Amino acid sequence: MKASIRKLGFSIAGLVLLVVSGLSFYESRHLKEPVVLSDGVTQVMKLSKYFPDIEGTANDCNIYVLEGKEPGATLCILGGTHPEEPAGRLAAWLFAENGVMMKGRLIVVLSANRSATTVTRVGGAYPPDFIIPSPWGGQTFRLGDRWSNPLDQWPDPEVYIHYPSGQYLAYLDSRNLNRCWPGRPNGTLTEKTAYAFLEMIKKEKVDVVIDLHEAELQYPVISTIVTHEKGQELAAVVSMTLTDLEGFKMGLEFSPKNLHGLSHREIGDYSDAISLLFEAPEPFLDATRGKTTTDQLLTGKDEFVVKAGKHGLLFEKIDEKGWPIDVRVGRHTSAILQTMASWTEVHPERPLLCDNVPRYAEVIEKGIGKFLQDPAHGKPGRVLFE
Amino acid sequence: MELVVTIIYYCLVGFVSVLLIYNLIKTTEWQKEVLYIIVLIPFLLRLFMLK
Repeated sequence: MKASIRKLGFSIAGLVLLVVSGLSFYESRHLKEPVVLSDGVTQVMKLSKYFPDIEGTANDCNIYVLEGKEPGATLCILGGTHPEEPAGRLAAWLFAENGVMMKGRLIVVLSANRSATTVTRVGGAYPPDFIIPSPWGGQTFRLGDRWSNPLDQWPDPEVYIHYPSGQYLAYLDSRNLNRCWPGRPNGTLTEKTAYAFLEMIKKEKVDVVIDLHEAELQYPVISTIVTHEKGQELAAVVSMTLTDLEGFKMGLEFSPKNLHGLSHREIGDYSDAISLLFEAPEPFLDATRGKTTTDQLLTGKDEFVVKAGKHGLLFEKIDEKGWPIDVRVGRHTSAILQTMASWTEVHPERPLLCDNVPRYAEVIEKGIGKFLQDPAHGKPGRVLFE
Repeated sequence: MELVVTIIYYCLVGFVSVLLIYNLIKTTEWQKEVLYIIVLIPFLLRLFMLK
């Protein structure tokens, strides 16, 4: 009798744990992130418009189109390829909620791998979400992970063989959007997603694609632009101009020809677009980090990563000030705006000009929250959810 | 093929869950009872497709 009561007690405690953790996972997967459309957003489409097979899946994401007042070139921003690199998504968010294209056309994607935004790295103690404070309270964003949710794509193969190169990659990267380009129509969900985006890039005649990322400080490709050979001239001018005028260092790397599946390689190879990838520093991703908390994610402060720097183990500097999220997002917004300006210098007949999006210094001065719009005051029909 | 693997997988998860519950009922040591409960949680979460 005594043993039965004890078992019942343990079972109830287990049930409580099950419900609490289950609710947390469920809420994380279904958290709605509001997007208050800028007056510059002229059209919102679904990715399935370009590849109907993706319809009804987690990755049938929104595509925001900002048509300019004057014609020009077309630039596409991919945010959320790796959602656990939040500066990329947030920078794209500032364009969708504030941007007004004066010349040319801008296509903004906030959740390129939407499935990956619905799961976190539990084994890495990742928090499920984070809040960006704003004058009206704050907005909660899903943190997400690097790979598509196993609930949406599984089982993983023993070895991931990239299509069409046949290159062997880690099994986990079969769910990594930035290892699945150019994708294929009869592949996995992640491969279909890459294929759908490539169809969009071709059909919309996109001139420049920018894939926004963040990197750990122990990774050599950091604080840089990675460019396909088609974009070398453009990327070099952007890199030099940012370093000269905006006060932050922006390097330049060339996309290796034999490293397959990455956006900077395959988009350039399989479409007419110039493909660029921007990297900002994110100490949260470093293996030597301390506590994995939202505070660490947003302030970019970590004494253990600083110590690694003192031992010469990092490829980017870090001190007690860390790498705050405002700095990382500001780097991305400035780099995108500078890409538009540098493109226009070379192609004055097909210009790109975006207004109302803050650059590096302004984002740092006022904070990202200042530029996030209050969904409670959004115009009817102009508030969507990611 | 994917569907077949999925069905087999969930059958396995269900089978292991039943085994754990059976062992929980049968054991007389409280330490093992706690252990079975803790091990059971991720299996049930997976069975309910929560991740």
